[in-house]
Amino acid sequence: MPAYLDAASAAPLHPVARQALLAALEDGWADPGRLYGAGRQARLLLDAARESTAECVGARPDEVSFTASGTQALHAAVLGTLAANRRRGDTFVHTAVEHSAVLHAAEVHVAAGGRAVSIGVDAQARIDVEAFVAAARTGAAAAVQAANHEVGTTQPVADIAAATPDTPLVVDATQTLGHADVPAGWSALAGDARTWGGPPGVGVLAVRTGARWHSPYPADDREAGRIPGAPNVPAVVAAAAALRAVCAERAETAARHGALIDRIRTTVAATVPDVEVLGDPVGRLPHIVTFSCLYVDGEALLTALDKRGFAVSSGSSCTSSTLEPSHVLVAMGALTSGNVRVSLHRGTTEAEVDEFLAVLPGVVAEVRAELGADGL
Amino acid sequence: MKLDCRGRRCPLPILDLAKHIGDVAVGDTITVEADDPAARPDIAAWCRMRGHENAGESRAPDGTPAYTVRRLH
Repeated sequence: MPAYLDAASAAPLHPVARQALLAALEDGWADPGRLYGAGRQARLLLDAARESTAECVGARPDEVSFTASGTQALHAAVLGTLAANRRRGDTFVHTAVEHSAVLHAAEVHVAAGGRAVSIGVDAQARIDVEAFVAAARTGAAAAVQAANHEVGTTQPVADIAAATPDTPLVVDATQTLGHADVPAGWSALAGDARTWGGPPGVGVLAVRTGARWHSPYPADDREAGRIPGAPNVPAVVAAAAALRAVCAERAETAARHGALIDRIRTTVAATVPDVEVLGDPVGRLPHIVTFSCLYVDGEALLTALDKRGFAVSSGSSCTSSTLEPSHVLVAMGALTSGNVRVSLHRGTTEAEVDEFLAVLPGVVAEVRAELGADGL
Repeated sequence: MKLDCRGRRCPLPILDLAKHIGDVAVGDTITVEADDPAARPDIAAWCRMRGHENAGESRAPDGTPAYTVRRLH
């Protein structure tokens, strides 16, 4: 029984999204900025999608803009917040385990003469809250993810926001939206429709009313002046429909996913020799787990699992285009070899998870034997 | 003892280390010269998992990172 277990990269399209996408391709193709019938119809669909998305995010509709991806939303959230807060200084404070989009935005800030301060995490990817708050208080802006995209560990965003009420706080909610509560206290927030069963190519940028934020892009009047270019209305409509649906069924899904991830954590630790199951076992997202296997080539493991029909991702260096190991695993001081991230979507069944757990020990043993690692 | 792991990609440096840790006496060190970026975190993790001491990092004359491990048992 093959199983797709990489929902954190992209979840399969939600059936409601498929329906909404097809309908919106018929009715929402025109330019929503135009004043004729077809344009007005696209505008109505876009407005409804914005309203519905805002409700799921915990924002006002005029605080929400649609982007081309979660990555673009993160870039805009970070660079727009820094651009508008120069009077607070030039230091950008972020955790060491932020999404690479945040780190790359920080590089742009540093290249332009700004400073970036990275705050470390413990072995379970929990940030040092005291150090973060101390740095954030005097920083121009700070970024903390609601939960880590590789190991699922959640961060105490609301506590940090309460301790640094004057510092603009960028919150990466790309793995959280649709799966867990969105924490309070953000001044800018980013989401990605692929992670909740929307179509690829839609991200969400929310900017709190009153929060200082300047577009880092050339001027354009689309999306409240935040994101240039006309949005992909049919995809946005589908993304909003999927988000509404997953939010409505969230409690049930999260309970099911949470139990399945617990089972994966326990079983992998018990049945695979020399394995480290990573991330906070309790303070975590319901649907993500990561583990690393000693003496295992991550790419070989992914390929061997793929041959048996299991799709997972990896933070091992051999699976990355740069041949660098995941900066998240490095920051945690975790083993990076033979790394596997398993992430569940709403359609993941107990039988699929059990089949994966049944196959995994043999596949790891096979990959180890190929490397001549037996008995080490 | 020195292991030349230049050009060896993850997880080969820790595999080499595991194969040769028995070649040094308990209390002695083995130094792994490895240019793979995963070697640093993985050698530290291997020491933790296998109960040996991660005894520090230096540089080989050609600039390659060199990781020293002390055999503890």
